[in-house]
Amino acid sequence: MTTAAAAPQTGEARPARRKRAPGGGLGRYILVRFLLIIPTIFILVSMVFWLMRTTGDPITAALGGRLGAAQLAQRIHEAGYDRPILIQYFEYIGKVFTGDFGTTLSTNQPVTTVLVTYGAATAELAFYALIVAFIVGIPLGMVAAYWRDRATDATLRVFAILCYATPVFFSGLLFKLVFSIWLGALPVAGRASTRSELTLQSLPNQTGVYLIDAIRTGNGAIITDVLVHAILPALALGLLTAGVFLRLVRTNVIGTLGTEYVDAARSRGVREFRLVSKHAYRPALIPIITVIGLQIALLLGGAVLTETTFEWKGLGFMLAEFLKARDFVAVQGIVALLAVIVALTNFIVDIIAALIDPRVRY
Amino acid sequence: MTDVLTIDGLGVSFATDAGAVKAVDGVSLQVAPGEVLAIVGESGSGKTVTAKTILGLLPETATENGAVILRSRDGQSESDIVALTKAELRQVRGRDVSMVFQEPSTALNPVYTVGWQIMEGIRAHGQVGRAEAKAKAIEILGRVGIPDPEVRVDYYPHQFSGGQKQRVVIAMALVLNPGLIVADEPTTALDVTVQAEILDLLRTVRDDFGTAIVLITHNMGVVADLADRVAVMYQGKVVEEADAHTLFTAPTNSYTKSLLAAVPHVGQGIERAAERARARPAGWAEQAPVVQAENLRIQYPGRLGRPGFVAVDDVSFSIRPGEVLGLVGESGSGKTTTGRAIAGLTRVTGGSLRVLGHEMNGFHERAFKKVRSEIGFVFQDPASSFNPLLTIAECVAEPLVVHGRAANPAAARGRVDELLEAVQLPRAYGNRYPHELSGGQRQRASLARALALEPSLLIADEPTSALDVSVQASVLELFAELQREFGFAALFISHDLAVIDILADRIAVLYRGRLVEEGTGAEVLGAPKDPYTQRLLASLPVPDPAEQALRRQELERLRAAG
Amino acid sequence: MTATSGSTAIAHKPALWTRLPIVHQVRQSVGLQRGMLVAGLVITGVFVLSAIFAPLIAPYGYSQLRGDNGPFGAQQPPGADHLLGTTVGGYDVLSRVIWGAQTALFVIVVAVILSIFAGVLLGLVSGYFGGWLDRVLVVVCDAVYAFPSLLLAIVMSIAISGGRSGLLAGVFAAAISITVVFIPQYFRVIRAETVRIKSEAFVESAQVLGASNSRIMFRHVLRNATRTLPLIFTLNSSEAILTLAGLGFLGFGIEPTAASEWGYDLNKSISDVTSGIWWTALFPGLAIVLTVLGITLVGESLNDLADPRLRGRRAVGKSSGTVAETSVVPGGTLDAVPGGIDGLESGHGSADGDLATEPEGRS
Repeated sequence: MTTAAAAPQTGEARPARRKRAPGGGLGRYILVRFLLIIPTIFILVSMVFWLMRTTGDPITAALGGRLGAAQLAQRIHEAGYDRPILIQYFEYIGKVFTGDFGTTLSTNQPVTTVLVTYGAATAELAFYALIVAFIVGIPLGMVAAYWRDRATDATLRVFAILCYATPVFFSGLLFKLVFSIWLGALPVAGRASTRSELTLQSLPNQTGVYLIDAIRTGNGAIITDVLVHAILPALALGLLTAGVFLRLVRTNVIGTLGTEYVDAARSRGVREFRLVSKHAYRPALIPIITVIGLQIALLLGGAVLTETTFEWKGLGFMLAEFLKARDFVAVQGIVALLAVIVALTNFIVDIIAALIDPRVRY
Repeated sequence: MTDVLTIDGLGVSFATDAGAVKAVDGVSLQVAPGEVLAIVGESGSGKTVTAKTILGLLPETATENGAVILRSRDGQSESDIVALTKAELRQVRGRDVSMVFQEPSTALNPVYTVGWQIMEGIRAHGQVGRAEAKAKAIEILGRVGIPDPEVRVDYYPHQFSGGQKQRVVIAMALVLNPGLIVADEPTTALDVTVQAEILDLLRTVRDDFGTAIVLITHNMGVVADLADRVAVMYQGKVVEEADAHTLFTAPTNSYTKSLLAAVPHVGQGIERAAERARARPAGWAEQAPVVQAENLRIQYPGRLGRPGFVAVDDVSFSIRPGEVLGLVGESGSGKTTTGRAIAGLTRVTGGSLRVLGHEMNGFHERAFKKVRSEIGFVFQDPASSFNPLLTIAECVAEPLVVHGRAANPAAARGRVDELLEAVQLPRAYGNRYPHELSGGQRQRASLARALALEPSLLIADEPTSALDVSVQASVLELFAELQREFGFAALFISHDLAVIDILADRIAVLYRGRLVEEGTGAEVLGAPKDPYTQRLLASLPVPDPAEQALRRQELERLRAAG
Repeated sequence: MTATSGSTAIAHKPALWTRLPIVHQVRQSVGLQRGMLVAGLVITGVFVLSAIFAPLIAPYGYSQLRGDNGPFGAQQPPGADHLLGTTVGGYDVLSRVIWGAQTALFVIVVAVILSIFAGVLLGLVSGYFGGWLDRVLVVVCDAVYAFPSLLLAIVMSIAISGGRSGLLAGVFAAAISITVVFIPQYFRVIRAETVRIKSEAFVESAQVLGASNSRIMFRHVLRNATRTLPLIFTLNSSEAILTLAGLGFLGFGIEPTAASEWGYDLNKSISDVTSGIWWTALFPGLAIVLTVLGITLVGESLNDLADPRLRGRRAVGKSSGTVAETSVVPGGTLDAVPGGIDGLESGHGSADGDLATEPEGRS
């Protein structure tokens, strides 16, 4: 999609113009795309700041009912929330760009510490969920495209819609009910059993990613324990994303299956299965990957809900806790931080999509 | 029976929203080894459906009956395409029959190298090693005239020019040496000079590979250039079948006759233009020109500081009142850009362009608005030139309403009806929506809209290139008639010299943004001075096999010289 | 491609009712596609009806804790008095599920109406005029679009109600929070359509005529650009329900005394599930799933039917039908049969431009 924009509008493009110096187009593209991150982060952080601060200062919100007026005013003054809002805004933006997202009110720790402590858990969950989503979504999407408009396709489409239509907290509760309560096969909540957690936390320079830490202990029981705890949350969050991937792959592969180059390959005797798995899938991959990048947002939003459902102590779980505690400094910090993560992942995904497209690469 | 292909009583129906539609009805054809059979017809004649049937490539909405018997090159096996299973069909495709597509840029997969795509065809038929398949791919690329095939085999499609892409598509079709190639409009998407090269290549394919070709085309010139035998299709049936020479010299079917008569010939208009020139009153040449371009330069804005694409460079010409200037050029020549600049749709970036006394370099919309009522524009694509949600009458009334000649479309209806009659459309068509009209009818309505304010300048950008040849002939005739009646000056843009020749008083030839030659039809077409014009003229195939053979030699000579 | 949906209808001028939006599509569809569309319509119909007639259908009020025989009691299993049991807070589950439909419908209507107006206007102006305003709006909307909608809705809801949810204000807060999330989506779609339509010949033709910008925008561009709205409308409605439920689940929805909200009820049932009480979670959850399923089925079917390449057709018998007489000079080409003969003859079947049928496709 990015190359098309460079063509002159009349459609009278000279073939010679499309040839570019190897790598030149790509380098430029990466640079431009990277520069776009800055306004994106700036806009989101600003938006979050202004929205959160229109209703008042965070201290009143958190402690309004519990402190007297004088005490409250003093606390507000100490934190500098009585200064003009514009000054606070510029100070905040300046801090954000040096990596300071503020200090939580309820636990009095820097938001970046919260990130370091709990970020690994969210990343681990997102990673498992992505694996589920890729394994389920992409092959099934191809199958649906291959059997389009047949019963298989209709079934898979309804399955995809169901995946998307079921809120993660509901599918999470159902999984819990069936697998943990009724069947008793899997743990109800948490990232590991208490005993495993104690062992893991005693480990020197732990990564916070339980699976890696568990492997480092070399204890098979702990590894199994960690994996068993991850199954239900990964399924709940993964299936949500899988539904989106399935639809995405199906639509785009059907689109490319209708192109002339697939017909051309068919006219040379290439097998139908190979037409789907190679000739149609690869060109479809470029728009698929771009949209998958946008699904990072869905995944993160889902992670907040999944973590709450399964008491998976990651960023999302903490966010919900801070929301309950009405600690809006922490909320603002975490949301701003997630904005940065979303912008960065989208950048990386766009670069991958560009790398797959030879029209950009050469 | 040694024919590579025998079609017997073929009928094809499609399921559509409007119920079943029969596209091909009782077609029977034979193709001998090494023979070029051209299937000619206009849109909706069923020629492409017939071609796709030969490879079993029809969509699932199609139902066929009859027989399509295909024999392998060695004559060992024969199969009926209509009755084959999917797996058998796959075996036959590529090995016994293959296809060359109309648009080479969409027939190649953009994300795989051309070598990989050729090898896919080889490896779909039997166990062939990677190295061996690649060697075959390189060999075939060399044989279709791709330079440095060892290097180019690893190129992606976008790294080739349009003509080279079509060579690659032909290489893919040839790689397993099938006895028959179906070429569906193989040169329609290409410029005329490139078309001549591809036609030469297809001739080589027939002569050197001994491959039979089913050539699907609407272009009589292409038929005359390449075909041994011709089948003319009309409304799903073959109405006439004859060897090429007989068909062009002595057509028997009335449809064939009218089709041949509708094909424009270069040289048709020279006499008429000379007559018009003689009829001009004295002092006509001294009048102020309607359009005057001096060293006109148009550069598109670049992205992020990069210099933009220069579409038009150092072009000078003028159009006098009542004169028709034909602007001819291939894709990328800047002809459309020039037309758009005159209409104020594209910004002029250098030189001077005066339209009806108004300087377009650095123009302001507000000052130009009054001039706009003096300009009419006819667009290329009849499908998109009308707002699909408005009736034809509302669309034609639009200029009258915008320039305050009528309060609303209803009030303008009287004038609209007059205009529709002027372009030979029934008044009742005013109540129809654009998609209920055919392409030719839409272009007529488009002319009516352009003429609503009786402009003194009309710009027509390829108004007939999307139309069938018989429709084109009638639209061109109408254009000439209206021009005589209303006396407007016109810029007529086309890629087709023969079409330009019919209408234009003077012809300007653009090549890569530069004006290479300008003069009367007699000058430019009779004795072209510029080598590009000479090549362009020689590349244009004429609908007469004998004359076309002579022209081919002339083109050979020009190529050798230049 | 513009002539696809209306073409058949006008061919033989059928009765007016068959040309109404949904009816036309149901008649146009075949086989599985029709099955999916009808199933979606039925589910959506049940949802809308129970929302409208909630006061008549629901056995109790949404905040009712006691009936004629005293308090309902908490966590009562399904039985004669309470068909679907009662919640941990002592509400009747069935009643809350039915009343929840009303809240959901209300939020959808408010959110979608608000965001359509803002998004369409911004998209139209931005796409038509281009320039700096356009670039800034695109960057802003892309940034917002890429951001988790749930988080944005949380922030919005804090901004609007300070995180506290009162009576109707809570519902409005939720609706407006969702609105902000959707504006970029409408903006992107309408802007992309506007940019595409702007380069079509009929718009350029109006420009050549000297028509004013507002005339071109509203007479020529707007109506053509909004054709895809019903489709996005359905997709967004389902997203609105999910976002509302997510907000409720995190405690940012609506208090049980203000209105009934499915997400809130699910949140309260987390602990129930751990003790094996399934009815408090199952029914509000199913209500969400079914409603979203129904609306999405309708949306997807409409999408398929609008695209001739995705639309299924009845099979025809061997060589049936008549040869189209309109095919050559007099009556026009076979435009009326997109994807059929027209698609084959013109060879314009390329799908490069519109691979992603959803607003997700970025440029």
